[in-house]
Amino acid sequence: MVLAVIERDGDGLTAASAEVLATARDLADGLGATVGAVAVGDAGDLPDDLVKRGVSTLHLLRHELLADGEPATVGEALAQLVTAERPVAVLAAATDAATEAMAGAAARAGVPLATACVEIRPGAPWEVTRERAGGILLEDAALDAPIHFCTLGTGTRTPTETAPSVEVAEVTVRTFVPQLDAAVPRARLVERRARAAGMTLATAPVVVSGGRGVGSAEGYAVLEELAGLVGGAVGCSRVATNNGWRPHADQVGLTGTRVSPDLYVACGISGATQHWVGCMNARAILAVNTDPEAPMVARATWAVIGDVHEVLPAIVEEIRRRSEA
Amino acid sequence: MDVLVCIKRVPAVGAEIALTPDATAVDTRHLGFTLGPHEECAVEEAVRIAGHTGGSAGVLTVGPPEADEQLRYAMSMGADHAVRVEAPVSDPDPEVTTAAVVGALPDLRPYDLVLFGEASADAGHAQVGFRVAALLGRPVVGGVKGVEVGDGRVRLERHVPDGVEVHEAPLPAVVAVLEGLNLPRYPTIKGRLRARKAPIRVLPGPAVAGGLRTLRLRHRPEARAETVVLGHGAPAAGAVVDVLADLGMVR
Ligand SMILES: Cc1cc2nc3c(=O)[nH]c(=O)nc-3n(C[C@H](O)[C@H](O)[C@H](O)COP(=O)(O)OP(=O)(O)OC[C@H]3O[C@@H](n4cnc5c(N)ncnc54)[C@H](O)[C@@H]3O)c2cc1C
Ligand SMILES: Nc1ncnc2c1ncn2[C@@H]1O[C@H](COP(=O)(O)O)[C@@H](O)[C@H]1O
Repeated sequence: MVLAVIERDGDGLTAASAEVLATARDLADGLGATVGAVAVGDAGDLPDDLVKRGVSTLHLLRHELLADGEPATVGEALAQLVTAERPVAVLAAATDAATEAMAGAAARAGVPLATACVEIRPGAPWEVTRERAGGILLEDAALDAPIHFCTLGTGTRTPTETAPSVEVAEVTVRTFVPQLDAAVPRARLVERRARAAGMTLATAPVVVSGGRGVGSAEGYAVLEELAGLVGGAVGCSRVATNNGWRPHADQVGLTGTRVSPDLYVACGISGATQHWVGCMNARAILAVNTDPEAPMVARATWAVIGDVHEVLPAIVEEIRRRSEA
Repeated sequence: MDVLVCIKRVPAVGAEIALTPDATAVDTRHLGFTLGPHEECAVEEAVRIAGHTGGSAGVLTVGPPEADEQLRYAMSMGADHAVRVEAPVSDPDPEVTTAAVVGALPDLRPYDLVLFGEASADAGHAQVGFRVAALLGRPVVGGVKGVEVGDGRVRLERHVPDGVEVHEAPLPAVVAVLEGLNLPRYPTIKGRLRARKAPIRVLPGPAVAGGLRTLRLRHRPEARAETVVLGHGAPAAGAVVDVLADLGMVR
């Protein structure tokens, strides 16, 4: 069995979990194995959805200590299921929660975990290709273990709509009640605060981002203005955060937010790899930089060579002039 | 309260990453080294907690002697003791790192909090802290951008895609933090001088091999088209707004 760890939002599969199931099915087809799925809680509408994706067994983890979805506790339960079922592979999305649960489960099962995989190749031993340094590098690695734990980078494959090569008539639903000792110290969720509705840096269609070249906290006023005019959000580099010019929530990059807007405007940002991995999935990049040799300029779609303090106000003025005309 | 932070020595790569001829590692001959931003924030937090609770802030790394540089940097920020668990390579397998940390803890003082970064900056396995917690049988919370220590408990703000969760855990606990937790200080000259002379305790590494072995590194394929230079300085504004109009972002 190839076991897919499933996450839900509301009552449906997350997009990332759909990708995991598609990969699990491909892998199982190649190995002549079945696909199992594991989720926390009630079945809901899952069986109807899973049968179309070639899943033969759905394991439901049920325990009162799993109610708040604490990743470490999910990992403990998952380790017990895996020890009982001995799947050949356990796959999950590379979300924080699933990765944390997988890490705990792999540790308890005494096996390695390959995170952020983009490819899995069974063999002796199995090999994976995983993302490193935020995805700018790919690593081919041997994954030598009796049970292959992998998390999959999201957006690395498109789930196919074609019928599975192995037709599955029905999903067998099994409840698995793990043995979780209430006396064992655990973290508990005590409060949940939803993000205010509206555009976020991660979802904005345009990101106007500033780095060292902006020079001061006040310098971001014109970036705010431009972002307002084009319906975008303001981002920044780590230099801006470290100088206290912008909050860390605005930071784009390896240790900040990954953005994938239609347009990324990089103002006075050199293009260090740790910044680049945060914006490399933008559809287009406009760089404004005094240095024509800056790596960000070399990688951009369009560039303006010049001082942000002159170029940005001129762009804002031109947009206003045209909209008034 | 006594806090321990696990830190990793990583190459400070620039705009391009060169690989060694056999492509099994990053070519670090012309690079400096650093600790990742998540871990820098963890060190800052540990120093602050030790300060206001009258406790200690330790740092631990698993790596070769060169990794003392990062331990000393953490001490220049205010960490008061440092431990290096020997490993022949600077980028050990996550199972080896986990075994090294878990193996070293009984030789050290009992810590109330053990801090990790959510993920290391180079390998990004995103798992060592969670593995350590599972093997110790202690609570763990990841994605943390807020730490509030109380009487025998810790309150943690965990950032999730749709908001913020608050978790509570009994001590001792393991926490994996994110940059943004705080704004790390720059070391003072005095701090640097003190750190230069501070002792580093060295412990032997574990005799285990992990199951994840790097075979080769590759650059991610990139489609690079020529950059279109729209102009120089303020006079380029018209061409920029033409592009924005083509993209349908302005009229
Ligand atoms: C482990 C690790 C993780 C990191 N994570 C991140 C991260 O998540 N995000 C991030 O951004 N960085 C990150 N960094 C830092 C990163 O390596 C760079 O130091 C940082 O991105 C540089 O920011 P910058 O481009 O603003 O500054 P610089 O590299 O100093 O570049 C400034 C640029 O502005 C140009 N310029 C200067 N003045 C002007 C002007 N008046 N008008 C126009 N252009 C001008 C210069 O030509 C130059 O190209 C990380 C580093 C490490 C080691
Ligand atoms: N060699 C190491 N020595 C000490 N701590 C480490 C080491 N490698 C990883 N860590 C810690 O574990 C965290 C997660 O690392 P990783 O699982 O490699 O992404 C890092 O942010 C560090 O806090």
